[in-house]
Amino acid sequence: MTDLVELTMAEALEGLAKKEFTSVELTQAHLDEMAKARDLNAYVIETPELALERAKRSDNRRSKGEKLGLMEGIPVGMKDLYCTKGVRTTACSHILDGFVPPYESTVSLNLENQGSVMLGKTNMDEFAMGTANLTSYYGAVRNPYKDKTNPNKFLIPGGSSGGSAAAVAAGLCMCATGSDTGGSIRTPASFCGIVGMKPTYGRCSRYGMIAFASSLDQAGTMTRTVRDTAIMLESMAGYDPKDSTVVNRPVPCYQKALTGDIKGLKIGIPREYNPDKGLNSDVRHVWEQTAEKLRQAGAEIVDINLPSTQYALPTYYLIAPAEASSNLARYDGVKYGLRVDGKSLDEMYTNTRTAGFGKEVKRRIMIGTCVLLEGYYETCYLKAQKVRRLLCKEFDDAYKKVDVILAPAAPETAFGKDDDSTKDPLKMQLYDVFTVPSSLAGLPAISVPAGYSETTGLPIGLQVIGNKFCEETILRVAGVIESVSGMSIRPLRVGGK
Amino acid sequence: MSYIIKGETGDWEIVVGLEVHCEVISKAKLFSGAPTAFGAEANTQVSFVDAGFPGMLPVINHECVEQAIKTGMGLNATVNKKSIFARKNYYYADLPNGYQISQSDKPIISDGYIDVDLENGETRRIGIERLHLEQDAGKLMHDQHPSKSFVDLNRAGVALMEIVSRPDIRSPEEAGAYLRELRSIVRYIGSCDGNMDEGSMRCDANVSVRHPGDPLGTRAEIKNVNSIRFVMQAIEYEAKRQVELLEEGGKVVQETRKFDSVKGITKTMRSKETAVDYRYFYDPDLIPLRLSDETIEKCRKEMPELPSAKKNRFVKDFGLPAYDAGQLVAEKEIAEYFEAAAKGHDAKKVANYIMGDLFATLNKLGKSIKESPVSPENLGRMVDLINDGTISSRIAKDVFQFMVDEGKSPDQIVEEKGLKQVTDTSAIEKIIDDVINENPDKVAEYRSGKDKLLGWFVGQTMKASKGKANPGMLNDLLKKKLAG
Repeated sequence: MTDLVELTMAEALEGLAKKEFTSVELTQAHLDEMAKARDLNAYVIETPELALERAKRSDNRRSKGEKLGLMEGIPVGMKDLYCTKGVRTTACSHILDGFVPPYESTVSLNLENQGSVMLGKTNMDEFAMGTANLTSYYGAVRNPYKDKTNPNKFLIPGGSSGGSAAAVAAGLCMCATGSDTGGSIRTPASFCGIVGMKPTYGRCSRYGMIAFASSLDQAGTMTRTVRDTAIMLESMAGYDPKDSTVVNRPVPCYQKALTGDIKGLKIGIPREYNPDKGLNSDVRHVWEQTAEKLRQAGAEIVDINLPSTQYALPTYYLIAPAEASSNLARYDGVKYGLRVDGKSLDEMYTNTRTAGFGKEVKRRIMIGTCVLLEGYYETCYLKAQKVRRLLCKEFDDAYKKVDVILAPAAPETAFGKDDDSTKDPLKMQLYDVFTVPSSLAGLPAISVPAGYSETTGLPIGLQVIGNKFCEETILRVAGVIESVSGMSIRPLRVGGK
Repeated sequence: MSYIIKGETGDWEIVVGLEVHCEVISKAKLFSGAPTAFGAEANTQVSFVDAGFPGMLPVINHECVEQAIKTGMGLNATVNKKSIFARKNYYYADLPNGYQISQSDKPIISDGYIDVDLENGETRRIGIERLHLEQDAGKLMHDQHPSKSFVDLNRAGVALMEIVSRPDIRSPEEAGAYLRELRSIVRYIGSCDGNMDEGSMRCDANVSVRHPGDPLGTRAEIKNVNSIRFVMQAIEYEAKRQVELLEEGGKVVQETRKFDSVKGITKTMRSKETAVDYRYFYDPDLIPLRLSDETIEKCRKEMPELPSAKKNRFVKDFGLPAYDAGQLVAEKEIAEYFEAAAKGHDAKKVANYIMGDLFATLNKLGKSIKESPVSPENLGRMVDLINDGTISSRIAKDVFQFMVDEGKSPDQIVEEKGLKQVTDTSAIEKIIDDVINENPDKVAEYRSGKDKLLGWFVGQTMKASKGKANPGMLNDLLKKKLAG
């Protein structure tokens, strides 16, 4: 029998359908792999009993000939940001210690309803605030890839969905949920050599997803192939009356978009994403090479301008913390999670929040609180909202000329946990430079592996950004990139072979 | 006559604006499906949304929106087709999210007015700046445990309409009249029960003083006053305090004050320096609230007749004096009672009986109009009996009391007690003859010029008729007979 953890989700679905193996076997294989790779710290909670029980139920449905879901029997990792009924959910923050939700998020419920089997909760930056998965209360996640020049170096997986990315890359699940506020799916996908997709804002429900910045947070997929992304997105997206910002429009069968045909498609290359400084030359090389391959496949490459790109980062770092400062006010020690007592209510708040939040979260709460204060609101927050509208308009104009935009997902490849840059929050922010603009505009974007760094051998992801609700177009382009990249889609065998 | 405070430096005028919070009558809360029953056991009317659980999202309850639209219509205001919810951020244990969802610069209702009647017959128009929807907070209980405070979230998330008047109010009386009118409007619409003692209607008063013609003075805000009488007292006290302060050369500071109803004074709660910066921003969990023409039209169709329109109709159709009509429409139930009683009867007389005997009786019994022992039909019928001469208005007093005590119809009472008025000339003449025959000396006195004795004769004959003689006929016949 094939090694089950090496299969793609599409292959596994076929194998299950042909009864080559059962969901219990598939699930057990992944649980075994998880046990072998605990040093990655990809999961903060493993739920083997629950997983095997669900796998068994899936096998029963199949043997009884009942209606099967799109992801029937598939083991998945669940980012700890999604509330899961009866399973501890903390967004990897100390302040939510011991919090067991009495409800299920819509995204995880949709996935369960499509027959998938949750293996556990994956590690992440605390409240999804981070680009390297270094802010988790449960410790850093290790990227399963190794730098060929320094194999012992502890590489970060990117963040905030670092646990999910590492787990998918290492075969610790067939796919995982991520969430993307300013690049939290695309950056780790790029660093871990997997496919990560942030759909259009409003495509997936945010109900039961622990909020970071509500106007930006969007659930998304992390898989090893573009086809798997299509299957997973179809499974989790859709209207939900419990979220006022989700859009009521039908969810298409995304797999049908994977035609491999991009003839005549216009692909925009934004000049502003190619700065003289701050873009790794291997990344630039892969980008240029891929554009050329796409041209050869029949696409038209068009140079475009997105002049306000340079303002995207400061804009993001005003809006996201502002919303976060308010969203995180509910963690006050009164109702659930951590409480550190004090002599007065105010003291209890202070003690609880001082002990409960990590440094990066506190930093963003303070910035966010500040920019909403009288006097700063107009000069910071409102101005940022104006720039945000400007960025949206520039994208709108661009999509009058092109069908999709091709850009790097991150300016670098995965870096070391103890590199100097990780000590400087401003430097860390720069890793979001290519992902933040499309987040602000609410656009769908996918990061797909496109090559390796010649220097380090580490994977490089490219981003295909589409117009609103054009998920099918970017999946089509990503599918072509996947096939012309010549990269392996098999998981790395960490701790194994 | 305007309300003026005479000071040493001249006349002072007071300027008042009121912010009234009305708890919306709705089956569910503003942004969650939790029920809103009053007086339920603590923390039984709470959803995860109300309790601020992670990942929970607000979803607007359209029933509350429609209540706000109707109330806006009742305030002669503009219904804004697009309004936006914003977060008002502050920490308190009764506020589970750490922010209240409210509306800031884009409220659902703006620019309205209501006309209020004053005792001197004057009508004043008070502008309404806005009405916006927001969430109520929970309740802290400090008396349940020696060292702990408990939180009850039943009220958390219940919809409130905050109605902000323009600073058009110039006297405590106007403030009282405004609040009564407002309460009457929301009760008519059914958007709020208006019970200030239960906290479902609460009032903050912004008070400042100035010499007439001067620009607005610095205002103080008196928070959470819980009866109309207290609001009037608080304004009166606060205005006097400010005048005294200013005349002594002091300055009014912009601050929040509270009213001590026992001492009848206002006290500093917090000054502007320590005021909270609420960091308002549009709630990213909600999309702008857009109202369709259909929704607005539906609300318009469901609008009941409002007190002011009803009052005008009572004046026009029933010929009531404006003041009486105003009294009758103040409460929907009274107006309904009046209409039921007046239907097909002498409306003016019915109105008088309601405002006189009926109100006095209800007051004495401590009952509401809905619990009235006299049905509107019986009251109307009694007026008929007076008008057709079956009973005299004097006997009517007794009939009314019998109706209160026994709940029977006036016809039955008149029949059973034999209270029918005597209108038979010969019967009355016979009574008169008897009295005259029994009192020859008094007759002689009368005839010799002692006119005042007529009253005595009336009394005697009426007594002899057991009060049933028609007073007019009795008078005429008596005079004729006495004249000889």
